[in-house]
Amino acid sequence: MTPLLTTKGLSRQFGGLRAVDGVDFALMPGEIRAVIGPNGAGKTTFVSLLSGRIRPSSGAVVFDGVDITAMPAYQRVRLGVAYTFQITSVFANLTVFDNVALPVQRTLTDGRTKGQVRTGVMAALERTGLADRAGTLAAHLSYGHQRLLEVAMGLALKPRLLILDEPTQGLADSEIDNFITLVRGIARDATVLLIEHNMPVVMGLADRITVFNSGKILAEGTPGEIRANRQVQDAYLGATHG
Amino acid sequence: MRDASPAKTYALHIGVIALLFALNFVLPDYHQGLFARIMALAVFAMGYNLLFGYVGLLSLGHAMFFSAGLYGAGLTVHHLGWGVPQAFVAGVVCGALLALVIGLLALRTSGVAFMIVTMMFAQVFYLLILYFAAWTGGDQGLVIQQASRVISIGGISLDLTDPTVRYMSALALFAVVLLIALALVRSRFGRVLVAIRENEERTKMLGYDTVANKLIAVVASGAICAASGAAYALLFGYVGSNFASIQYSILPLLWVLLGGAATTLGPLIGTLFMYYVTDITSGFTSAYLLIVGVALILLVLFAPKGIMGSIRERWLGWLP
Repeated sequence: MTPLLTTKGLSRQFGGLRAVDGVDFALMPGEIRAVIGPNGAGKTTFVSLLSGRIRPSSGAVVFDGVDITAMPAYQRVRLGVAYTFQITSVFANLTVFDNVALPVQRTLTDGRTKGQVRTGVMAALERTGLADRAGTLAAHLSYGHQRLLEVAMGLALKPRLLILDEPTQGLADSEIDNFITLVRGIARDATVLLIEHNMPVVMGLADRITVFNSGKILAEGTPGEIRANRQVQDAYLGATHG
Repeated sequence: MRDASPAKTYALHIGVIALLFALNFVLPDYHQGLFARIMALAVFAMGYNLLFGYVGLLSLGHAMFFSAGLYGAGLTVHHLGWGVPQAFVAGVVCGALLALVIGLLALRTSGVAFMIVTMMFAQVFYLLILYFAAWTGGDQGLVIQQASRVISIGGISLDLTDPTVRYMSALALFAVVLLIALALVRSRFGRVLVAIRENEERTKMLGYDTVANKLIAVVASGAICAASGAAYALLFGYVGSNFASIQYSILPLLWVLLGGAATTLGPLIGTLFMYYVTDITSGFTSAYLLIVGVALILLVLFAPKGIMGSIRERWLGWLP
């Protein structure tokens, strides 16, 4: 099987800091991949390079056989690379409906989906359990529901690769369980790449895990392999689990 | 757009147009003339509102789009002897083309820089009008003769200097632009514009080319403002450089703020309100601008979202 996404020597410097340093990475279609690592390891910078929010200093990103290194973010979205923000960034002054209508009408314009905006919006809202709040202003939603709205917007883009940046941050335990179910559902039609700090979520959800440290990939493997990896324990797991 | 009820919305807007139509027959002469002027200028405010209210781009140079229409129509009538419809189209095309060029340059900036860049371009435009005084009449301007302001279509001739014809022409333009604005803000494109205003970065990450969308909005805004300018030249017969001055870049901003930014009817209400406050107070004192200033301060303090914006917030959430 050919990878959906690969990077080759991907690097990004901020002044003297090499936030992402020569990363070779491959993501298989259909998998759920978690990216973990200590704060400042370069995880968010790495996924920002994939989504096109920032440009690499060197290296290449290939998505589905197309070199997208120089492609602006909005065009990558149209190819099917969706990104949900770490800091909740829904349109606070728009209704839940309008928030989701934006990605839905985008896929309609691109010809990737057919039908009515309303149908597409309601489908995404049903799936995230927000259907009864369609008319609410996003600002009036609880934090947990705003996170779900963020995911609904990502879903509505009909992504082939959905990048979730710390999706469970700030969620209650009960909300996290629903969230895990939701991501499993999404992974049936899309590849999921998530940055996550919550270890039970990572271990329960990911097919494979990539560990970042100081801008480089420290280790990669199944949850079991990563748990057993001595280097990872020293750099990361050991530090958090005492 | 909280409660999407198109029937109610369209009924309201058509009701406003019908009310303005009826006013023609009841208003005294003086007020009939004032209303014609207000409706023509409300179109200017609507064009401004499209960019300022919906996209969130604050331009301080919209006088150049208004006067592109004004001169585009006025000069073609005056020098080339064009008919009223052709001159009107010429004015709108001038405004749209100017907006395209200015948009390509000014949209490289945002925020305060966008304000300054648009203001500078408008000053250049103003000075060019004065520089080419041989054609434009300089600071004296040009008067368009009554004979040039007659539309004749198949035996029927409409004299734009006739108060009722003038009123109805201004109303026709106002009605068309109002309905276009309403359809635009309810459209998918309108939703994208609001999204850009609210969070441009997020809009990009939903797959939108925000620069292209903003450019379309600038051109549409410029074309609508130019339509207002062209109509003003043809209806009131005067083309002058004061319409290109900074004052006419700030006025639409005030009208829109007063009436309510990002509301479809706000521009009309704001223009109407400001015109009448000026008109009434100038009857009592030569310091009428002081009173206008106080009215503005009160409004900003107590109704920062403008008249229609406050009505929407407090009572009628469905107002577009």
